[in-house]
Amino acid sequence: MTYTFRFGPVLESYRELLAGAWLTIQLSAGAMLLGLVVAIICAWIKTSGPKSLRLIVNGYIEIIRNTPFLVQIFFIFFGLPTLGLRLSPNAAALLAMVVNVGAYATEIIRAGIESIHRGQVEAGLALGLKPLQVFRYVILKPALRTVYPALTSQFILLMLTSSVVSAISADDLTSIANNIQSLTFTSFEVYLVVTLMYLVMSLAFSGLFSMIYRMTFSYPDRR
Amino acid sequence: MLRQFGTNEFLFILAAARWTVLLSLIAFAGGIVGGLAIALMRVSPLKILSATAGGFIQVFQGTPLLMQLFLVFFGANTLGLDLNPWVAAAIALTLNASAFLGEIWRGCIQAVPRGQWEAAGALGLHYPSLMRYIILPQAFKIALPPTVGFLVQLIKATSLAAIIGFTEVTRAGQIINNATFKPFLVFGTVAAIYFALCWPLSHISMRLERRFAAASAR
Repeated sequence: MTYTFRFGPVLESYRELLAGAWLTIQLSAGAMLLGLVVAIICAWIKTSGPKSLRLIVNGYIEIIRNTPFLVQIFFIFFGLPTLGLRLSPNAAALLAMVVNVGAYATEIIRAGIESIHRGQVEAGLALGLKPLQVFRYVILKPALRTVYPALTSQFILLMLTSSVVSAISADDLTSIANNIQSLTFTSFEVYLVVTLMYLVMSLAFSGLFSMIYRMTFSYPDRR
Repeated sequence: MLRQFGTNEFLFILAAARWTVLLSLIAFAGGIVGGLAIALMRVSPLKILSATAGGFIQVFQGTPLLMQLFLVFFGANTLGLDLNPWVAAAIALTLNASAFLGEIWRGCIQAVPRGQWEAAGALGLHYPSLMRYIILPQAFKIALPPTVGFLVQLIKATSLAAIIGFTEVTRAGQIINNATFKPFLVFGTVAAIYFALCWPLSHISMRLERRFAAASAR
């Protein structure tokens, strides 16, 4: 073994790495929130929306879930400018992430909604709640609680998948790593450090999610 | 002077699909072997084995696949090996698939009712024969739908090999797009190829799941 490891140049660029990690966190958090909104709307359409919209949502989900994220990014980043809509790499990355996670989260939330007992809805209506109020208070919250573990692991997977947006040179952690390695030729070292940073970030997100669970959903279960 | 997107360009992308399929199959085969080992280690009564497997799973599920690809690809250099992207992608995807399949199958093994383990123990079966004849055959049935579902993930994951320069469907698409600059047409074609590979598998997985759910509800 003749290779000498050089972590010096990697550690010297810690500012850039931290900035990249911060952008990855921002992109992921933004995509989680927007994706959740998309997913709730789509799940509502799938379970109680009009039939024509349901077909569109089904098509959206099937296409996104059966094609790779990398191809979706290329489609958005290279395709949209030909329609006259020019997005910066970061904006294209965020859009691709929202579109992607929205489809997966829709299926997860739909499963949660379908697990709500019919009688709950009827009880809500009998109490004089409007359909939208029933959806908001009687269906959505317990549904989100049921699927919370699946939903949050999908979100963490999204954060990890976001490294792929480096392919269109957004300013995320992986892109920064690519820049550093092409300047210093310390490819293995920089990717090792960045991999550890991703590991820490995924542990941090999972800690954050269990904190949110305790604050939001920890009411006694009477089932 | 831009090239037109014609039959030749389409065939170039389509021909690259065989590399996507081959890479998926290799990683899947490797993942089955590795995943079985990881799953058995994970449920093993020996603490050291189950902790090692747990660590392996945590690392591979907690870091991006792209980073795993880069580490294998560039890590081989530090050992003085010169891996081509094809071998690096196969190794990284196999390791990744082992971790994910290992975790899926651990759940399936543990989903076999406790009574089965106890009955086999009462019959005097040793751990290897208990696994081989009682637990694994029953776990197999539970494992089938999520395993087929994971194969879909794996096929999509092979697209990342494009980033380290392996010419499968996505890379072929990039090459053609650079020459023709018809992104919708090119990446639409690429997406359609993945869709044609993945959609039937997704549906088989969903069907199997429903069938087993119906069978176990009875």
